[in-house]
Parts: sequence; structure tokens; C-alpha cells
Amino acid sequence: MSAEEKFDAIVIGAGPAGLACAYALAREGKEVVLLERGSSAGEKNYTGGRMYSHALDALEPGLCEEAAAQGALERRVTHEQIMCLSENSGMTIDYTDGGLLHRAGSDPAVEVPQSWTVLHSKFNAWFASKAEEAGVALAPGVRVDSLIEEGDKIVGVRAGEDELYADVVVAADGVNSFIAASAGLAPAVNAHSVGVGIKEVIELPESVIEDRFQIDKDGGAARVVLGCTAGIPGGGAIYTNRNTISLACVFNPAHAAEQKRRLPDIFQEFKMHPAIYPLIKGGTTVEYGGHLVMENGWRNVMRTPYRDGLLVAGEAAGYVINTGVIIRGIDLAILSGTAAAQAILTGAQGKALGQEYVRRLELCKLNDAMRAAQNWPDFMASPRLFSAYPDMGVDMLRQLFTVDDGAASLKKRLIGSVKRSGAGIMDMVRDAWRAYKAL
Amino acid sequence: MIKKTDTTELLGLNKFQVDEEEAHIVLDKAACAKCTKKPCLVVCPAGLYTEKNGEIVFDYAGCLECGTCRLVCEYGGITKWEYPRGTFGIAFRLG
Repeated sequence: MSAEEKFDAIVIGAGPAGLACAYALAREGKEVVLLERGSSAGEKNYTGGRMYSHALDALEPGLCEEAAAQGALERRVTHEQIMCLSENSGMTIDYTDGGLLHRAGSDPAVEVPQSWTVLHSKFNAWFASKAEEAGVALAPGVRVDSLIEEGDKIVGVRAGEDELYADVVVAADGVNSFIAASAGLAPAVNAHSVGVGIKEVIELPESVIEDRFQIDKDGGAARVVLGCTAGIPGGGAIYTNRNTISLACVFNPAHAAEQKRRLPDIFQEFKMHPAIYPLIKGGTTVEYGGHLVMENGWRNVMRTPYRDGLLVAGEAAGYVINTGVIIRGIDLAILSGTAAAQAILTGAQGKALGQEYVRRLELCKLNDAMRAAQNWPDFMASPRLFSAYPDMGVDMLRQLFTVDDGAASLKKRLIGSVKRSGAGIMDMVRDAWRAYKAL
Repeated sequence: MIKKTDTTELLGLNKFQVDEEEAHIVLDKAACAKCTKKPCLVVCPAGLYTEKNGEIVFDYAGCLECGTCRLVCEYGGITKWEYPRGTFGIAFRLG
């Protein structure tokens, strides 16, 4: 093998982590090949979804606005909503401050939308075109089969008959990360530590979406839903895109396996729920999908996301946060991919490169964000969260709004709501304590 | 029209490039027959695992490549689970 055939870096997976890494390297003149198993970038990517915009702006100031201007993003989120469902009733909390902005970069005067709803394939196709413009050699349709090792060092990858060599390989191959596993970096993914997401994308005219969600032309709504998973740990989400609505549900597979109802059927019932159906009626389903997502936050994050010659980034390294209200993945992937690129650009090699990568993950506050949310999985593990509490909340409102013969005081009726939910007082105290610890 | 829709109809909306030469998921039906729980029947978002006369019936063609069946399979019924070869499988247009 001659020196000319060796790349500075091989990046596996053209998702947000791989694209951010490859882009940041190519921008500095590095020779990067980005291998993607789909026929084009974005085909295998999946989100609920929304993207918090800070990470793209950290990669390059103004990049998020550019993506929005070029139609790669759907709607900026101006309405945050929480919905609870019981069998036939529902309640929704809607929060809006008209902006939901965050400060961009170092200039306090520049504010940008905090988050955007996204369709991942569309966004990634745009991101890949940016990476290619910067000089990334994107090779779609290539599935990496294995890593090439020389001694203890990873020196390249095999894809079918082909072998490619580089100074460093970055595995950004997503939640199932077979590549990291093949390198002996223990994968955190198991039936307990992930959620399986199911989503229908439903097309509707823009004006209909705006009317139904009470958003204006430039606004958007992001809604999380509790009580729509037939008691299985998990939850739902609704995102308003430009002219589609993403309707999604996530379920814990280990718990799902303990009951008999098929998840696609539970999802269809969610779709037809009397509080959900009016939002999507008259629409046309245009795509149906499923995907796994890491659910254990910091506990799923690889403590040593590297070996000599290999860095692991994005969800492959476990970077996802779910607090029930805030679900972050794409932004964390971009941050970790960027950190990997910055580490490589220092010129560090071998184990020192891995240590530099970890130092960069700390420096960009990514690991701080993960640690800050580290106790959420304990709170989210309470089975009452997925049926007893939504039922109780909805039933309490029902009592509040009910006019009858007036024989029972409201206090009595509200206590009745608590009793009917089946949640004991000690359970509620325990859950409140877990919630407090998770904050 | 929005209605309760079965997975077969929903999968028909998607773009797939099926690899006719190589199955990316392979089952050992004998192992599946011994499995009493059969969680694959329940968890697959695409509903690709069904049961007929006590035997698991599975077609990899509509696979969404999520990997859930691999994680819940406890009795060694799934003997191979790989992503489809390059260019093949689900091609999300929206994602």
C-alpha cells in the first residue's frame, strides 16, 4: 500500500455525527472519505423529530439559518405542548412565548430559534451536499463489513472486496453500531436500554396545520404525549412540519415483549384517539417507519469511545437525552462528531487522540449535558407515568368540569380520581422524589 | 384518508430496494418453534413476524432496519441480523 492511497480519515455513516465530523475535517483541508450504506445520504436516518439548533451553529455560525433558508428544516418550534391521554379523553398544555429563541455564538444580540422540526432524510441530504462542497468524498451505497486491524491498531475498513486505509476511522454508524461492537467497545444497546419508535408522516395543507395547531406561518408546534402506549413505558410525539405532521410513538421493547398486543396496533389506536384524530383528519399518510433510540442517557454513553485508530461518535457512542419533555439526539450527534474532528485536527495519534477526543467532549459541554440529565431514567422507569398518572390528570379535569346533582364535593371527586388511577400515596411520594432528583 | 391502517398497506407507501439475492435477517425456525414467548410477533414496527400453524413466518422485504427483533430474541431464533448490503433495503424519503 502506498502513502497516496491512505486517507486522513474514514468516517462510517453519513448521519448527523458522521457528516459534522467529515465536514469539519474537510473544511481544514483533510482528505476524508465518508462511507454510507444507503444509496444517498439520509435514506437510513430517522427522527421523531426535531433538532435543537445550537450544535449546527457551534459547527459553523449561521449554518442553521442557512439550512432553514434552503428548505432543509421544517418549522421553528414556537409552541411546546404536553398532552395526557386516557382511553377516550385528553388534555393539552400549550406553552408559547412567541419566540423560544437562544443566543447564537458569542454575540448576545444575535438570537436564533432554539429548535426546528425536521424530516431527517431531507435535512441530511442537505447536510451531505454541504459536506461535499467542503471537499468530503461521500461514497454512498457502501456498507462497511469490518475494521482492518494491524496489531492493536485499527488502520482501515473492509467493504465487500474493497479495503480502505486511513490514519483514523470514525464510527458514526448509529444506534445498533456493529462497528463499535466489532472493535470490542461494549455496546450499551439492549432491549431495556432503548426505545423502538414508530412514526407516520401525514400530509396536510400548510394552512390546515397552522389552523389546527394555532401557529402562524413561521411557527411550529412540538408536542409530547403521555398515556398513549397501553401502559408500556414510552410515549408519543407530534411535530408540525411544513406541510406534514409527524405522529410518533416510542415503546420500551423489553416491556412490550411482556404483553400480547402488537406495537403497530397500539400505534394505530393512538392515531385514531378522539383527541388525536381531529389533528390529522383529511390528511394522507406518505411514509411509515420505525427506528431504535437510546433511552438511558448518560448510562448508555461509552466511557472510552475510542481505540488506537478508532473514534466512536453520535448515537453509536450513546449520545441521546430523553427527559420526557426534551428529546435530544441530532444536536448531540453533531456536537460529538465535531469534537471528534477537532481532536483529529490537533494531530494527536493513537491513545492520545482518544484522550483528546474525550477532552473535547467535555470542553463542548456535551458530557455535562448528559450528566445533568443522568437521573431522568430512574424517574422515567416509573410504570405509573405511562397510564396511572395520565389517567388521573385527565380524570381530575373531568371532575372539575362536570356538573351533576352536586351531591359530592369537588374534593371528594378529586380524591376519587386518585383512587381510580390505582396509584398509591407512597408510590406518588416515591415518584415525586425521583422527579426531584432527576431535575 | 386517515383510518386504522395495517402494516402491509403502510409499508406499501415506502420506497424499498429489496435485495433478492441475500436475506439480511435469517431465522432458525426450529429454535423459534421452541420459543414460548415469541416477542418478535409483538415488537416489530413493520409487523413482519406472524405465526401460522405454530410456525413463525417472516419476510425480510419490508424491514425498516430498526433492530428491535434482534434485541428481544432470546432463544437464538435469529441466526443472522445484518444491515442489508449497500444500496439495498428501506430508503426513507422523509425520515
